[in-house]
Amino acid sequence: MKLLNISGSPHVHSDESTKKIMWRVNLALIPMLLVAIAYFGLNALLISLVSVACCVLFQWLIEKFILKVPTTICDGSAVVTGLLLAFNVPATADMIWLVAIGALVAIAIGKMSFGGLGKNPFNPALVGRVFLLISFPVQMTTWPTVGKWFPMSFDTVAGATPLGLLKEGGAEALPQAWEMFVGHIGGSLGEVSALAILIGAIYLLCRKIISWHIPVSFIGTAFIFSGILWLVNPETFVDPLTTILTGGIMLGACFMATDMVTSPMSRSGQLIFGVGCGLLTIIIRNWGAYPEGVSFAILIMNAVTPLLNRWCKPVRFAN
Amino acid sequence: MKTFKMGGVHPEENKISSSAVIEQMPLPAQVVVLMNQHLGAPATPVVAKGDKVRVGQLIGEAQAFMCANVHSPVSGTVAKVDVCKDAFGFAKPAIYINVEGDDWVETVDRTPDIKRECNLEPQEIVAKLKEMGIVGLGGATFPAHIKYNVPEGKKAEYLIINAVECEPYLTSDHRVMMEHAEEICIGVSILRKALGVPNAYIGIENNKPEPIAVMTAMSKNFQGIIVEPLKVKYPQGAEKQLINAITGRKVPSGKLPIDVGCVVSNVGTAFAVYEAVQKNKPLIENILTVTGKKLPSQHNYQVRIGITYNDIIKHSIGELPENTGKVISGGPMMGKAVVNLDAPTTKGASSVLVMDESEARRAPETNCIRCGKCVNACPMGLEPYLFSSLVKNNRIEEAKIHNILDCIECGCCFFSCPANKPLTDEIRLGKNRVRAMMAAKK
Repeated sequence: MKLLNISGSPHVHSDESTKKIMWRVNLALIPMLLVAIAYFGLNALLISLVSVACCVLFQWLIEKFILKVPTTICDGSAVVTGLLLAFNVPATADMIWLVAIGALVAIAIGKMSFGGLGKNPFNPALVGRVFLLISFPVQMTTWPTVGKWFPMSFDTVAGATPLGLLKEGGAEALPQAWEMFVGHIGGSLGEVSALAILIGAIYLLCRKIISWHIPVSFIGTAFIFSGILWLVNPETFVDPLTTILTGGIMLGACFMATDMVTSPMSRSGQLIFGVGCGLLTIIIRNWGAYPEGVSFAILIMNAVTPLLNRWCKPVRFAN
Repeated sequence: MKTFKMGGVHPEENKISSSAVIEQMPLPAQVVVLMNQHLGAPATPVVAKGDKVRVGQLIGEAQAFMCANVHSPVSGTVAKVDVCKDAFGFAKPAIYINVEGDDWVETVDRTPDIKRECNLEPQEIVAKLKEMGIVGLGGATFPAHIKYNVPEGKKAEYLIINAVECEPYLTSDHRVMMEHAEEICIGVSILRKALGVPNAYIGIENNKPEPIAVMTAMSKNFQGIIVEPLKVKYPQGAEKQLINAITGRKVPSGKLPIDVGCVVSNVGTAFAVYEAVQKNKPLIENILTVTGKKLPSQHNYQVRIGITYNDIIKHSIGELPENTGKVISGGPMMGKAVVNLDAPTTKGASSVLVMDESEARRAPETNCIRCGKCVNACPMGLEPYLFSSLVKNNRIEEAKIHNILDCIECGCCFFSCPANKPLTDEIRLGKNRVRAMMAAKK
C-alpha cells in the first residue's frame, strides 16, 4: 500500500499567503499610480517602471549570485518596495536614473543585507528614499510645476510643494483643501491625492492586510498635535487639515507605517507606534531642517518596534 | 449572538456528511480493545486468553484514580491479552477478541423504548457513570465519574453541553442531535441532577439550524434545559472558549472549569450517559463520521469500539481512493494523522477524515513577515511567533514565562500564518520541553 502522510494538526490552512498579501498591496497602490501618471505625465510612469524593474532585478541578482538561495521575486514584495520608492520621489526627469540608485540601496542595504523579506528592521523603500534625500538634496527637492492635467513634456519646471511654501513663509499661496484632497498640488509622485490613497487604504482594510490602528493613530496624532499648535499661534503654524493633507502623512500612515514587517505585532503596540510617528512628523516639520518629516518619523519608530513588541503584549485570556 | 471574545478563525466548514443518517457498522471477525482509551492510567485486564465474553461484560477494570472501566464491545473468545499499536503508533495494552455472534449481557435494556424517569440520587448516578466506563467524548476522554464528582469546597453553577462541533467536516454530534434529541435531553437532565445545578445550557453553532430547531423544540419538554445558538467561530468547542461564550466567565491559566463553577460535557457524552444510566449500557459504541471531499460517499456510523480503521474504510467506501494523502482521526484542526490503519478505534474517536494528496501537503515555509495574524488569531492571547523563535533557539525558560503552557493547541496560528510556518508544531515541542524542564527541577 501507498504510504500516508503524517503531520501535526492543523491539517488545513487558510488561503492566506505572503504572495497574496504583497500582490494585494500592489493592487492597492494602482490608484495612486494612475493619479500620478494623470498629473505628472510620462515622467511618473517612467520613474515607477525603472524603480520597480530595478528593485526586482537587484533582488534577483543578490539572491542568485550572492546569497545563492531560491529566488523570491515572485512574492511581489520587491514590486511593493519599487512602487513605494517611486511614490516618494519628485516626478522630474533626473529621478528616472536617480531612482535606480535608490532601488539599489532599498533592496541591497534596506532588505537583503538583513536576510530578505521579514528580517529587515526598516522599511526598505524609506531607506532608499532617505538615502536619495541626503545624497541628492537638490534633485530630491526640485518639484515639477503644478498646473495642467496630463502634461506630456519631460521638462522640469521648478514648482513648489505646499510644505515648501510653508517653510519659506508663503502660506497665502496655499492651495485649497479640496484641491489637496483630490491631488491638484505639488509633491512626490504618490502623495498628491489623498483620495487615491484612501481608496487603496480602504481596500487593504477590507482585505484585513492592514488594521485601522496605525493609520488612525498616526493621522489623528498629527491632526491633534498640529491643531494645538495652530490654536496657540495661527500665524506661525499650519492648520491641522492642511497638515494632514499635504506631504507624505496620508501615504506614510496608510502604506509605509503599516508595513507588516517593520511595525509592532500587538494592537496596543501599533497604537503607540502610530502616535510616535505622528508626533515626530509634526516636530520635524516645524522645528527640523527639512520641510517634511514623515520618512524620518517612520524610520525612527521602526527602530523602536522591537521594544514595542517587548513591552506591548496582547491581553492574555483570563488575565 | 454569543461567542467567545478573543481571537479565533473561521475555516471552511465542509460539513458534507451532515445529511447522512447514522448507520450501524457490522461486526468484523476480530476486535482489539485498548486498555487506555481515556485520559489517565490504563485499565487492568480482568479476562484471560480463552475466556468467553459477552457484549457489555467488564474486561478492563479501573483500579487507579484517573481511569475508566472498559467493557467488551462484542461477544466471543479472548484471543490474547497483549499490546497493540494505536492509531498514532503508541503501543498500549490491549485485549484481542474473536467475534462470535452478538450475545449481550442480560442487564442491558435493549428495547427501543425511551425510559424517561430517573430516580437515582446524585452519588448513584456518578457511581453508574463509573461502572459503565463513561468518558468525555469531545476529544479529551476525561473520565466522567471524576468530572461529576465535584470536589469539596467547589460548587457547580452551570452545566454546559458542548454541541458546538466547531471542527470542519465532523457531523457526528449533528446527527446524534437530529436522531436522538429526546435521549440527549434525558441524559442532560441526569447530569444536571448529578451536579444539582438549576440550568443546563446546550451550545450549538449557528451553522446547524436543523439541530438547533430539533433541540429547542425537545428542550421545551424538559425543565432547565436551554439551547444557546452561538456565532460560528473556531475554536468555540474548546472548553475555556465555550464557557466564555455562554457564561462570559474565564477559566484562569492552570485552573479547571469547576474553579469558575462550570462543568462541560459533550453532547455525545450526554447520549452515552442516557444509555448508561437508563439502559444500563456501558460505553461500547460511539458515533463516527467517515468523510472527505474526494470520497465517493459520506457516512455517519454507530461503531463498536475496537473495530479497526481498515475495517471501517472497507465497509464504508471499499478502499481508500488512489491519491489518498492523509487519514485523520478527528477534525482537520485538532485531529491526529493516523499512522497505522490496522489500529482499533477508541471511545473518543469521532471521525475518519480522508484527504487527498493535494490537501494533505503543507505549502513550503517562508520567512515570517511579522504580520501579527497569529497573535490576533490566538484565542488565548498568546504570541505564537515569539514561541516559534524561542523554541528554535532553545530558550525554554522564556517560553514558559510567556505562558506557552496556556496554549490549547487549537491550530489557529498555523492556520492563519501567510508564511506557512508550522507554529503549532513548534509550540507543541516547546510545551514538551517546558514540562521536561519543570519535571527535572522537581
